[in-house]
Amino acid sequence: MSTTFKKPVSMRDNVMHYCPGCGHGLIHRLVCEVIDELGLREKTIAIAPVGCAVLAYDYWDFDTMEAPHGRTPAVATGVKRVLPDRFVFTYQGDGDLAAIGTSEIIHAGNRGENISVVFVNNGVYGMTGGQMAPTTLIGQATATSQYKRRPEKEGFPLKILEMMALLDGVVYLERTSVHSPKDVLNTKKAVKRSFETQIGNKGFSMVEVLSPCPTYWGLSPVESMKRIETEVVKEYPLGVIKG
Amino acid sequence: MAKIKYLSTGNEACGEGAIRAGCRFYAGYPITPQNELTAYMSRRMEEEKGIFIQSESELSAVNMVMGASAAGARAMTSSSSPGISLKQEGISYLAGMELPAVIINVMRGGPGLGNISPAQGDYFQSTKGGGHGDYRLMVYAPSTVQEMFEMTYRAFGKADKYRMTVMILADGMLGQMMEPLEFDEDIKPEGETRKPWAMTGAEGREAGSVKSLFLGEGVLEDINDRLQAKYRKIEAAECEYEEYRTEDAEVVITGYGTVGRIARSAVDMLRSEGVKAGLLRPVTLWPFPYERLRELKGKGARFLAVEMSAGQMVEDVRLAVQDDPKVSFLGRTGGGIPSEGEIVEKAREKFTSKKEK
Ligand code: SF4
Repeated sequence: MSTTFKKPVSMRDNVMHYCPGCGHGLIHRLVCEVIDELGLREKTIAIAPVGCAVLAYDYWDFDTMEAPHGRTPAVATGVKRVLPDRFVFTYQGDGDLAAIGTSEIIHAGNRGENISVVFVNNGVYGMTGGQMAPTTLIGQATATSQYKRRPEKEGFPLKILEMMALLDGVVYLERTSVHSPKDVLNTKKAVKRSFETQIGNKGFSMVEVLSPCPTYWGLSPVESMKRIETEVVKEYPLGVIKG
Repeated sequence: MAKIKYLSTGNEACGEGAIRAGCRFYAGYPITPQNELTAYMSRRMEEEKGIFIQSESELSAVNMVMGASAAGARAMTSSSSPGISLKQEGISYLAGMELPAVIINVMRGGPGLGNISPAQGDYFQSTKGGGHGDYRLMVYAPSTVQEMFEMTYRAFGKADKYRMTVMILADGMLGQMMEPLEFDEDIKPEGETRKPWAMTGAEGREAGSVKSLFLGEGVLEDINDRLQAKYRKIEAAECEYEEYRTEDAEVVITGYGTVGRIARSAVDMLRSEGVKAGLLRPVTLWPFPYERLRELKGKGARFLAVEMSAGQMVEDVRLAVQDDPKVSFLGRTGGGIPSEGEIVEKAREKFTSKKEK
């Protein structure tokens, strides 16, 4: 299967700035493959988040724009409403989407905006130095939960998809992971289904991808994948949540 | 050319001015005293096949405008003081991304929740940069319902020309008062509306990006230099003001917006008492008419800055005149509006020579 290693047309040649074993590079690539397969490159406007993936536009060879931290779905709303025949997706981390941008994501979903959201959940703030995120697991040490996350002080891991499932405007939600080849394939399938949902004008959809951050998990790339498999999926069960 | 004439509130006049300028995207959030504008847009955008969104927050509204603008639409949001504070994040990003936008601030009393009465306490915020970083907004200060229409209409052409935010700085009085409004029936959008830089999908061209993050060494400084050069150009080309009876004025009252209207009658009252008074009403608050004020000072004028604030524009008057004893200030806050009488009295007290008494 030599084609597996061919760079997608939608992907630039630039060397990625991500740490070894980071999930972003892989997820970027899956997104680009789907865009190629659906012939969307010349119709796409992607909205990049603030976080480790802020430089996504250096790796994607289609139109992109930035948004202020968390406002990504509001910016996407503006783009998509003006250009309803183009393809618009946001790519957001858990700080961007599940903390500072909770209001924007919920209301974009509730309005049933016809956009796609790729939500990369690695349970920490990477770019700023490994702080606790709303998605950080109980018992996980981070730069700002040095006594390990305790529910009584720091609250609980936030399950965005399960919340979003309650919204009538949201048509498709799935949680996937990238810890095994099978899961990588599933992620690609889910991203494709989300993108097709938009092309079919069916409304708001979102894929949450559980992704490793070896650097701030303090684990090797291999151990990070193992952690997703044994710990993270227990808190964030995989599968179709809605649709 | 046939004219359309009717009575309008200032808020609704802004809405119609935007529509006639080709604005086809509006996002807003309820706040008094600008609600008539949002309601008007909800009706008119549908009629014009434009887009109206009542957003979940002020933050979201300005960010929707950011997206719409990046996609090539003429886009607007509006609010009043506390809501404009919330929009500052987006305003700074719009500046960094060099995206055109029109934002209307129908000012109310502050600080904090303040009250819903007219005020001019957001002058610093609008003209000196309310958000982070080095940037400017073009700021227009209408003083009639007709000007609410005209300045909003013109703002879109300027915003596109310079790829920046243009703010209409009005107040609750101008927003809610009714006055006759008149414009050409077939008035067309002004200026260049094609936007080759817009993000519309990379069909038949290189992929593009609209962003404000520049990490490469020296890159951000270069971009700031370019922004500043643009601002210098605007200062040279876009400053507007109105003068009234300043030819031989020994006392020049400065006031914008609602205060500009009142000060005009005060000038007439002072003239009838034999005081050689005049009015300089800045129409653009940025760029500010520093030079004209300097000229008037050169001709021997002294100045009375009148505002519905504790003294904000007066700092620019002082900067222009560079001679503090020549500048006096009269301000009311929290919904207080200086009356003609108050202005006349202050002018008399400050500028009528003691010997004459
Ligand atoms: S800090 Fe974490 S999320 Fe960020 S690039 Fe490194 S591994 Fe990836």
